[in-house]
Amino acid sequence: MIDALYQPFAEFSFMRRALVGCIAISLTAPPIGVFLTLRRMSLMGDAMGHAILPGAAIGFLVAGLSLPAMSLGGFIAGLAVAVAAGVVARSHVIREDASLAGFYLISLAFGVFLVSVHGSNVDLLHVLFGSVLALNDEAIYLVCGIATVSLLTLALIYRPLVLECFDPYFLRSVSQWSSPTHLIFLILVVLNLVAGFQALGTLMAVGVMLLPAVAARFWSNSVGGMIAVAVGSALLSSLIGLLASYHYSVPTGPTVILACGVFYLFSMLAGRRGGALWGLVPRRHLEA
Amino acid sequence: MRGVQTRSTCNVLGDCARKETRFVTPGVLGATSERTRWLAESGVLVASVFDRATAFVRGRHTGGPLACRLLGSAISGAVVSTPAISFENLTLSYDQHPVVHHVTGTISQGALLAIVGSNGAGKSTLLKALVGELKPVTGRIDLHGASKQDIAYLPQVIDIDRSFPISVFDCVAMGLWRQIGVSGGLDAASRECVAGALEAVHLTGLENRAIGALSGGQFQRVLFARLLLQDARIILLDEPFRAVDAKTIDDLTGLIRRWHAEGRTVIAVLHDIDLVRQHFSETLLLAREVLAWGDTASVLNPVNLDRSRAFSETVDPNARVCERGEARETA
Repeated sequence: MIDALYQPFAEFSFMRRALVGCIAISLTAPPIGVFLTLRRMSLMGDAMGHAILPGAAIGFLVAGLSLPAMSLGGFIAGLAVAVAAGVVARSHVIREDASLAGFYLISLAFGVFLVSVHGSNVDLLHVLFGSVLALNDEAIYLVCGIATVSLLTLALIYRPLVLECFDPYFLRSVSQWSSPTHLIFLILVVLNLVAGFQALGTLMAVGVMLLPAVAARFWSNSVGGMIAVAVGSALLSSLIGLLASYHYSVPTGPTVILACGVFYLFSMLAGRRGGALWGLVPRRHLEA
Repeated sequence: MRGVQTRSTCNVLGDCARKETRFVTPGVLGATSERTRWLAESGVLVASVFDRATAFVRGRHTGGPLACRLLGSAISGAVVSTPAISFENLTLSYDQHPVVHHVTGTISQGALLAIVGSNGAGKSTLLKALVGELKPVTGRIDLHGASKQDIAYLPQVIDIDRSFPISVFDCVAMGLWRQIGVSGGLDAASRECVAGALEAVHLTGLENRAIGALSGGQFQRVLFARLLLQDARIILLDEPFRAVDAKTIDDLTGLIRRWHAEGRTVIAVLHDIDLVRQHFSETLLLAREVLAWGDTASVLNPVNLDRSRAFSETVDPNARVCERGEARETA
């Protein structure tokens, strides 16, 4: 039984690489997701995941299956969509989510168009669903590098970022940090999606970013606590997903995300802060 | 350096008597931080006036509350009037239709000013222009050297997610932003400041409660505690007592009076005329244009109030281009 837990990693280097990649992503993506949910921008991660597609596709068309080219392309496309959406939203005619929807749909359609015209659909599926079991050294360095940079940056802008999510007007009135914080945060979102799509694919990268984050709200009443729960559950889900996909020969990326999904459903039912099952337990109340 | 700054904030939380000492003995003021130097300046300015005023009540100038009252009225413009904010022919508009129309006037340092008027009279718009959220179409606002940092603003509509996972303590501590900034830690002194602010709004004991679990009145107290820590020389309040019970209004007006006693300029948009009469020395009655501006008792007379009520919010779609600004500028 214990064997089944470590034997795959001891035996196969591709499993070890997959584990390292997943740990790196699990450390950095969930905190970003926590801030996305707190900003009420949960769906933005999803939109951005789609938005990086044409960039990755252009990188793929220019340089073939080259990791730096596809990552750089994805990063540029994602950032362009995020910034464009933000700028349009500042005009106050439409809200940021509407403006983002407009841009990411253009971006996604353009990406699918490019890949369909120039490549085969197999390649597209590869980009969309990732290849966690085929991480080479290059990809590992990229993913771990992005994770390191993200965590350090997040630590640096933690306070203004919490304030920007909680009371953006107040932050604007006391300091100049509002706009830089927002921009840096957008860059982090895109960077993490680029890291995630190497390992899990664009769609799955959003899953590991957001599912642990929304689940965490059921367990903690503080931002720090939410981040801890989100990272912990992402790490556990990664491990469970990798092992399950190995032992039952099922696709890895979706299995990891499904493990995150199971934790979310469990949190909804049993979470200490508002879990559904606690409502069934008759509870005493205090006098005052 | 941080220690000094923090101490100055704590001083702000001090009692009235201590404030008075700061005003009349400039020697003490030398030790305060740059941020509170304005207090020093106004203190020096009023010092001579204060001397003259106390000459009338010879022998009693050591009385804390009395001295405070005198000082307060001196700063509020009765005797000295160092301008804090001046409007010069200010016009603010949405879609070319003026909301604040050719307003000229001066608010003196330490004033306790209520802005009163019907809905759509331009009260909130005026405050927004003061914090730089809205650019004047014509005319200008002179803050007399005050920067954005010197203004604390409590907007009418607050875009705060009350379900946000944050404690009362952390929320109030945000008021210390200028001291601690992006990366500074909360030392024992600043924790004491936060505790002091919570005590001032009667929320001691609720430090660790999530803000989502507070009542509307308690949350308003939290926002006032945060304002208190901001230690700003100009405080703008946009309908601070909406949906708040009488006890809370009592406590919070107490804070406003304290700010006034400390020489800060307080400007509040209010609808409750009785409250204005009771607590605010100066009133600006607005209906796009200034209907009346001055001593509260004289401004809030039946004639003016009728004119204010007669103000119509409707916008004339066929309104012609206003020539008044140009005429005045060429004159």
